[in-house]
Amino acid sequence: MENKKTVISVKNIKKTFQDRVVLEDINFDVHQGEIFVIMGGSGSGKSTLLRIMAGVIGFDSGNVSFNDKSLIDLSVEQKEQIRKRFGMCFQSAALLDFLTVEGNVSLPLKEHTGLDAKIISMISKMKLNLVGLAGFEDYLPSEISGGMKKRVGLARAIAMDPDIVFYDEPTAGLDPVVCAVVDQLIVDLTKKLKITSIVVTHNMESVFRIADRVAMLYKGELLEVGTTEQIRNSSNEIVQQFINGNIDGPILLNEVKE
Amino acid sequence: MIRILLSKMLDFFEIIGKCVKAWITIFVDFAKLLFETIYWIFLGPFKKKPINFSSAFDQMVFMGFQSILIVFFVTFFTGMVLAMQSAHQLEKMGGVIYVASLVTISICRELGPVLTALVIAGRIGAAITAEIGSMKVNEQIEALDTMAISPIRYLAVPKLVALFIMLPFLTVIGDVAGIIGGYVVGVFSLKINPGLYMNITWKFLTLKDIYTGLSKAFIFAIIITMVGVYQGLKTKGGAVGVGRATTVSVVTSFILVIVADCFMTGIYFFWGV
Ligand SMILES: Nc1ncnc2c1ncn2[C@@H]1O[C@H](COP(=O)(O)OP(=O)(O)OP(=O)(O)O)[C@@H](O)[C@H]1O
Ligand SMILES: [Mg+2]
Repeated sequence: MENKKTVISVKNIKKTFQDRVVLEDINFDVHQGEIFVIMGGSGSGKSTLLRIMAGVIGFDSGNVSFNDKSLIDLSVEQKEQIRKRFGMCFQSAALLDFLTVEGNVSLPLKEHTGLDAKIISMISKMKLNLVGLAGFEDYLPSEISGGMKKRVGLARAIAMDPDIVFYDEPTAGLDPVVCAVVDQLIVDLTKKLKITSIVVTHNMESVFRIADRVAMLYKGELLEVGTTEQIRNSSNEIVQQFINGNIDGPILLNEVKE
Repeated sequence: MIRILLSKMLDFFEIIGKCVKAWITIFVDFAKLLFETIYWIFLGPFKKKPINFSSAFDQMVFMGFQSILIVFFVTFFTGMVLAMQSAHQLEKMGGVIYVASLVTISICRELGPVLTALVIAGRIGAAITAEIGSMKVNEQIEALDTMAISPIRYLAVPKLVALFIMLPFLTVIGDVAGIIGGYVVGVFSLKINPGLYMNITWKFLTLKDIYTGLSKAFIFAIIITMVGVYQGLKTKGGAVGVGRATTVSVVTSFILVIVADCFMTGIYFFWGV
């Protein structure tokens, strides 16, 4: 295999919320141009991990670095610069509800590029077209369905042509066809535009359809990182139970609170 | 026995310590927020991030023009009440005519600015907190952050600019409405000659009365907006949290407006400004 460049490196991350440990001892690297999938049960800390990687929330100890630059050492302005090269697609879409669909997609362009309004409108229409929402420019978020909101969120995440895109469950709540379309979109963006994608999902079909490498998170710990093949053939019982969706196995439904 | 007493006392001090610490954190956070807002207003334009005037204008319409009627009524009736109450007292001294100056000066110096600010705190302060708070609980603030758009610059600055312009404007309307309220009682109920009433009004009203009142409105505008934004950004816990934050925002604004009014009146009073 060719020599891969590491874009994000996560080292020994620990995160607590009010004395409750949510993530501990997390270590992995994300390579340039790959689709890195983080899977894990509900509440296992996937969204939290994604937020930490995107630099939205802090962590207790450990380190995250981008292209070998540590997040902790960066000044506020450098952080802003890095953020402009990120796109983030939220689990809840997180559209600004006083802006129209087009307003939402064009917001980062308006704020950061100084391009002509016409060009901005053209770019946003193009991005909306990519997610299959051409013609919905003037709707407000409250007037479209949950799945549509999600796709608008996706269009917004890629509006600035970012280098790295974080997707938090991009296909949850979408019908199977749209789900496949979004998966295809993620693959296309990543492969054609050389974007690095980090995708949180627990849709197994998606995982094996799009992933280059997969990380399995379980109760705040990283169980395994590897290629889809490695994960499929994993000897870890929890991983096997999770990818096959078995009822019997080591995963307990009633989470025990320590 | 003594041991128990001692431990109770220690508990007591610990609670006080915690309260003081909490208050200091709140104060520091609030000061930071205020500083950052002012930073974006004055230095943003130099960093190619100017104030969003179209958004500020929308806010001005919402905050200002749509509040005119309610401000008018509140101060109008206060002016009437003031006239009736003071007439009752002044009658005993045979100086009913001075109702005119009493109403005018107390409206312009105190009641106009304060009542207008309280009405606006209830209407606009609550709206600011509810809006920003619901954005907070729906991850929208976080989304702005990831897009490298400062929520303070994008949301707080237009609101502060708008209220800073509109509150003094509304205060003037409140002043006028209060004076009209006094006039209505004075002329139609106390049977003071209309010309004389206006004469007395102008004779005792100085420019100073007006600008001390207006200077308060500027400070109140900052208090209402910043408390609203602060509580909004601090909101946690879904729809319930938004409701709670809104209540806290309005109550805090009310208290701070009254306290600030007391301070400023004190300053004007002692330094004779
Ligand atoms: N802001 C917060 N304050 C306190 N606890 C939090 C907060 N955010 C997340 N948690 C806790 O952290 C844990 C992980 O949450 P997270 O949202 O990362 O899970 P997740 O893996 O994304 O789950 P899902 O698949 O349901 O989205 C949960 O137990 C949650 O209660
Ligand atoms: Mg999640």
